[in-house]
Amino acid sequence: MVFQRLTAFALIGLTTATQVGAEAGGDPTRGEALFRQCSGCHQIGEGAENRIGPQLNHIFDRAAGAVEGFRYSNGLSRAAAVGLAWNYDTLDAFIENPRTLVSNTRMSFRGMPDQQDRDDLVAYLRVFSDSPMNIPEAAPTARAVDHAVAPEVLAVVGDPAYGEYLSGECTSCHQKSGASDGIPSITNWRAEDFVIAMHAYKDGVRAHPVMQMMAGRLSTEEIAALAAYFERIDQKV
Amino acid sequence: MPLNRRTFIGAVVATSGVISTPMLRAQGRPRVVVIGGGAGGATAARYIAKDSDGAIDVTLVEPSRAYYTCFFSNLYIGGFREMNSLGHSYGTLAAEYGINVVHDWAVAVDRDAKTVTLASGGVLPYDRLIVSPGIDFVDGAVKGWDVSAQNVMPHAYKAGSQTELLKAQILAMPEGGTFAMVAPPNPYRCPPGPYERVSMVAHLLKQVNPTAKIIVADPKANFSKQGLFEEGWAANYAGMIERVGPEFGGGNVEVDPVAMTISIDGDVNRIDVCNVIPAMKAGRIAQIAGITEGNWAPVNAHDMSSKMDSNIHVLGDAAAQGDMPKSGYAANSQAKVCANAVRGALTGSTVFPARFANTCWSLIDTDNGVKVGATYEATPEKIATVNGFISEIGESAELRAATYRESIGWYEGITVDIFG
Repeated sequence: MVFQRLTAFALIGLTTATQVGAEAGGDPTRGEALFRQCSGCHQIGEGAENRIGPQLNHIFDRAAGAVEGFRYSNGLSRAAAVGLAWNYDTLDAFIENPRTLVSNTRMSFRGMPDQQDRDDLVAYLRVFSDSPMNIPEAAPTARAVDHAVAPEVLAVVGDPAYGEYLSGECTSCHQKSGASDGIPSITNWRAEDFVIAMHAYKDGVRAHPVMQMMAGRLSTEEIAALAAYFERIDQKV
Repeated sequence: MPLNRRTFIGAVVATSGVISTPMLRAQGRPRVVVIGGGAGGATAARYIAKDSDGAIDVTLVEPSRAYYTCFFSNLYIGGFREMNSLGHSYGTLAAEYGINVVHDWAVAVDRDAKTVTLASGGVLPYDRLIVSPGIDFVDGAVKGWDVSAQNVMPHAYKAGSQTELLKAQILAMPEGGTFAMVAPPNPYRCPPGPYERVSMVAHLLKQVNPTAKIIVADPKANFSKQGLFEEGWAANYAGMIERVGPEFGGGNVEVDPVAMTISIDGDVNRIDVCNVIPAMKAGRIAQIAGITEGNWAPVNAHDMSSKMDSNIHVLGDAAAQGDMPKSGYAANSQAKVCANAVRGALTGSTVFPARFANTCWSLIDTDNGVKVGATYEATPEKIATVNGFISEIGESAELRAATYRESIGWYEGITVDIFG
C-alpha cells in the first residue's frame, strides 16, 4: 500500500493539476453535485468558513482536528491525538461511514456507500487542496481497501456471557461506569457501532496501537460478544 | 450496578433465615482464601465474589488497611501525583462484594489440611488458595545492603513510606549533590520502573537542584524501553544522568550506608542519596508454602495453578509464568483468568479459554508519556507472547501528551477494576 502511494505520488508529480482528478478515478464535477449532501454543515472554496462543521479547504495531508477556531468533538480530538490525518484512505473510510474512524463524532452523516460516489466527492475536495498527496492512481489497481464491515459480520449475534468474560481485557483500562477521562467510554454503545469500531482497529484503519493489539486477536464472534455485553451492561441482572 | 448488588445482598439476608442459618450456609459454600491484596489478589477476590453472586465464600488476607500502588508511585517522586491519590482501601470489596477482608499476615500454609494460619493465630480453611504476595528482596543481593539499611538507603519498590522517604531525601540533597541508583537484575517487578524513576528524579532535580547528578549502576546490558528513555534523557536532562552498564562494572557494586558511599567496580563514590533496588524473589509466603522453585513460583498458564499443588494458584510478580512482565496490569490480567478457572472448578460455571494482556505506560517528563504492550496466550509450557507494540522514538509532542493522558485514564480504570 505504501509503495503504491509512493508510486502514485511520483505519477502525480508528472501530471498537471487539472489531470490529477481524472487520474485519481474520481470526477470532480460529479463530486461537486454530491457535495450538496455536505454543504448543510461544511463550506469549501474561496472564503469558506467554519459552520456546523469545519471548512474543508486544504484538507489533504492535514492532521485531523486541526482547523483553527473550530471546536471538535472529543471523539475527533482523540482520534487526532493518536495520529489521524486526512488522506485518500482515511477520507474514503470516513465518508463511507464516519463511525468507522471516529466514535462519537458529531458528524451525523449516514455515510456514502457507493465507491464511485466517494471517489467523485474526494476528487472534488481535492481541487481545494494544494499539492495533494496520498491519492492513488487510477482505478482499479490502487483502489483503497473497502472499509465496510461485511453484513454477515454485522449480523453475528454475540453471546453476552462470553462478552462479560472477555470484557475483563477491556476493564483493565476502560471503566464499566462509563467514566471517560483519558480513556474513552465503551459502555452502552449500539452493538453495531462497537463492531464497526473494533473491526476498524483490527484492520488497522484506526490508529491506536493498544486497540490494534487488543482487537487484532479478537475473532468476529468475540467482537460480537463484547458488543452484546457492553450494549446492555446497565441492564445486567 | 451497585444497586443490583445491594438488592442481591438484601435478598440473601432476607432468605437465609428461612432456608437455613447463615452459619450453615457459609459452611456449605466453597471457600477461597486469597493472600495479598494488590493488583493480583484484590482483582481475583473481586471477580470471584462478583461473578459467583455469593456462591463462593471469599476471604482476602492483606496486612495493610490502605494499599499504595507501586505503579504511578514514581510520578509522586516527580511531583505529578499526591501520595494519597495512590492509596486504596478495601471498603468496597467488603461492603459491596461481601468479601471477608482480614488485615493480618499469613504466616503458614498447610497444604494437606488446606488451611492458612494467620499471625494472630487464626486458621482459615480453603478449597482453593490464591497466593499473590508480590515481591521480597534476595538476601545479600547488593553487598553492604540489607533490609535494616532501608531507612538510610531506601528501595522504594513497595510504595508508601519508602517512596516518601526517598523523595524527602532527594529534596534534602545538597546543591550539586549525587543521587545513586542500584538497578536490579532480571527478572524484577515493573521492568521500566527503575528508568521511569530516574526520569522522575531528574525532573524533580532539574527544578530544585539543577546541578545535581544521577548515577545508575546497572547489572543489565539492556533494559525496557531503553531507546525511548535514552532519547528522553538526552532531550530533557542532558548531562545529568550517567548509567554504568555491566561492561563497565555496573553489576559489581557495594554500598556503605554508614559512610554513604557506593563502589562501582572498585571505584568508590561519595553520594547523597542511594536508592538500592535489590534482586527480587516471590513474596515470603510463597516460599513458606513450598510452591517455589528457585526464587519464583512456577504456574500452569491456562489457570495460573501452581505446578506443585493444583489447589493453589499464584498470581502476579511471585509467579514464574513465562513471557509476561511482572506488572500490576499483568497481575490484574492473570487474576481474571484465575478467577474464571477457580469459579468453574468450585461451582461448575463455564470456563473460558485463558487470554492475557499487558501494557506499561511510563512518564519521561511533563506530558511525555510512552508505552509498551503485548497480548499473550496459554501454551502447555508457559504464557507465551502473541503480539505487541512499543512507542516510537521521535513521536510528536501531541502524541506523547495523549499517551500520558491515556495513562492517567488507565490508572483510574485499573484501580476500579482491582478495588471496585
